[in-house]
Amino acid sequence: MNNGIAGTSLRINLTIGEIERIESDEEVYRRWHGGRGVIAKILYDEVPRDADPFGPENIFIVNVGIMSGCFIPAGSKVEFGSVSPLTNGHGDSNMGGHLGPMLKFAGYDMIIFTGISPKPVYLYIDNDTIELRDASRYWGMGSLDCEKQLKKDLGEDFEIATIGPAGENGVLFSCITHDFGRQAGRTGQGAVMGSKKLKAIAVRGNRSIGVYDLESLKKQVMEIILRTKTHPNMEPWQKYGTSFFIKWSNDNAVLPAYNFQTTYFNDVGKIDGDQLVEQCLISHKACFGCWMNCGKYTKAVIPGKPIVHLEGPEYETIALCGSNLGMKDINHVAYINWMLDNLGMDTMSGGGVIAFAMECFERGLITEKDLEGHTLRWGSVDDVEHLLDMVARRRGIGEWFAGGSKRASEKIGGGSEKFAMHVKGQEMSGYDGRWSPGMLLSYMTADIGAHHNRSWTITVDIAEGRESVEGRAKIVVYLQHIRPLFDTWCICRLFWGEVDVTPEEIVESLNHITGWGVTVDEALRTSEMIWNLTRCHYIERNRDNGRAFDYPPSRSWEDKIPSGPGKGKGVTRDQIEQMLDEYYAARGWDKNGNPTREVLEDLGLVFAADNLEKLGFLGKPIPGGIPPVRGEKYKPKAF
Amino acid sequence: MRIKINRDMCTGCRLCLQICAIEHFSEINPKKAALRIEAKFPDPGKYWPFVCTQCGKCAEVCPEDAINQNEIGAYIVDKERCTNCGECVAVCPVGVVFQHSDLEHVIICDFCMRCTEVCNTGAIVKWEKTAAAKEKEA
Repeated sequence: MNNGIAGTSLRINLTIGEIERIESDEEVYRRWHGGRGVIAKILYDEVPRDADPFGPENIFIVNVGIMSGCFIPAGSKVEFGSVSPLTNGHGDSNMGGHLGPMLKFAGYDMIIFTGISPKPVYLYIDNDTIELRDASRYWGMGSLDCEKQLKKDLGEDFEIATIGPAGENGVLFSCITHDFGRQAGRTGQGAVMGSKKLKAIAVRGNRSIGVYDLESLKKQVMEIILRTKTHPNMEPWQKYGTSFFIKWSNDNAVLPAYNFQTTYFNDVGKIDGDQLVEQCLISHKACFGCWMNCGKYTKAVIPGKPIVHLEGPEYETIALCGSNLGMKDINHVAYINWMLDNLGMDTMSGGGVIAFAMECFERGLITEKDLEGHTLRWGSVDDVEHLLDMVARRRGIGEWFAGGSKRASEKIGGGSEKFAMHVKGQEMSGYDGRWSPGMLLSYMTADIGAHHNRSWTITVDIAEGRESVEGRAKIVVYLQHIRPLFDTWCICRLFWGEVDVTPEEIVESLNHITGWGVTVDEALRTSEMIWNLTRCHYIERNRDNGRAFDYPPSRSWEDKIPSGPGKGKGVTRDQIEQMLDEYYAARGWDKNGNPTREVLEDLGLVFAADNLEKLGFLGKPIPGGIPPVRGEKYKPKAF
Repeated sequence: MRIKINRDMCTGCRLCLQICAIEHFSEINPKKAALRIEAKFPDPGKYWPFVCTQCGKCAEVCPEDAINQNEIGAYIVDKERCTNCGECVAVCPVGVVFQHSDLEHVIICDFCMRCTEVCNTGAIVKWEKTAAAKEKEA
């Protein structure tokens, strides 16, 4: 096909080992734009509402989207999706690297896995050859070790995604690893892979991707390449990757430290981007088709421990496994990063869970006896190493933490739910939202739990005034429309966010690839449709008003920031309620946080309105009707 | 005219492979490129690009006389004469003569230099002999 779509999708029943080739339906892509959009629709349609995320009825989807693999800025992503064991709602997570493009070069847009394999398997794809192969010799291997072994066994030119022991053992925040350090970390997609006994996916292909107008695409992209090469943001991104934000976050009182107790880390100069580059850097690493190379391939050197190679730590990992754990040496942060990678756990949720456990230890809620004689002190890499082994193997109280901080706090009690820093079961990203109210609202309302990629507002909060929450909801809604589009198209958002490639330019690329003639507003509307569907899916599975799920842990309003430039600052409970009211109004949802029939029908989601109504959670019509134009009209001045 | 490789600067983005195939086949397909990148991970953790060095071994072994050097030094494949026998592939010391299942001829770099235009790190750069070096050679 000459529209960015490879043409074939695979439906694989792991229970009986059956592989079915199906035609990729352009109409579906035209409406849902691939990636997260197609995944949202399939999960909504096909997974029974009472299905166990680890049961055979959950499905695991790999989707390459429309733009991935095409000659555009960082067209490298692949999106994974299933009902999340961590949030019990729609779950998706993506990663860069080279796997997504390679799947398309092999001729495939999507793989839908159903059922559970009776024995460990991996999926082997070499153009037309598709096989489920025995993975018993790889089962138990670390994610990175397994990738190395599979490359040795199959060939260096295979692109490979693996899970580690944590995914095999059902640790809820397990990730999928690829390219020795790129992860789809969030929502426990690695755990779902593990529950299906699917250890890895290995792909090689040599076909071409057809696009609608290659000449125009080439011309446009060459212009963007030459223009962005000299953009002032390009150099710091190429040199440091995301790590150069660490110091900025600390200066601006959003860097989490000691399990989000404070937002200022005294020793930030020991773990920031400069230290990473000086002490650990081996090489700069890029995803497919990206000239920004934000990936930093590094080594961690700690006396008495093996020297390990890893990609990272990037911003989120330094924040959540560095300052948030009180780590005062970048090598220690890198070593924790490597442990989480190889065991196959998300470094974001992983850092959040370790920090939560450390605070429980500090408060005496768990003891050395619980930890097999070990301590769990801030800043101790040895203590972390022992805890992670307990978690990955689900040994002792490792079992509790394997469920994430929400479930662990339910077991531990003692008021610990106050500082289990999650929303909807997923741990917060590496920004404290107490003095950045838009960021806090972003976590509260993100459809996959507390994750920053749906909306990131810290610079907007600073520009608009950090004490006030007024108007912040509309900004969050705008960002929640535009940012997930990148996960729908399966491209990286950094060219938009960092070097001023405009949404209009990206949509122009989309049109060169597809010939669809889409506008930015239409794309934003597609994103809004997807968002409303994932919201309905969440409410239908969890059977309560949406508002019930949208609160952060009470530390967010009970504890003011105790130190640093944000000392004494923090939102109030009333401000949180005000933001939620404004947010629901901006989306056209009722005060209970439930989508109304009017908004769902306007987006073409009549079936979802009917389903919500049957369950008694359809939003009541809101006074004045739904906002007439959502999307681009909300674009804040700061953009 | 040649291409110089600064090995340590390659980030593995494969933009060079993409533009090469687009330029020569009007297709997005890195497997139709005339250069290659080896990923050396996890150890030593580097990318190694390989391009044609214009050594001429391919032309020497070609039984059909289908590979001939042009005025800028590039070895150009005569697509009509090439039988895709693969002898040049076997002798290329850097592994940059390619075959593809769609094609009935081999792929060799023609030094169009588009790869050097998209490389943003200085790993693949255009390199011309200085006048002094040329004189010395002569």
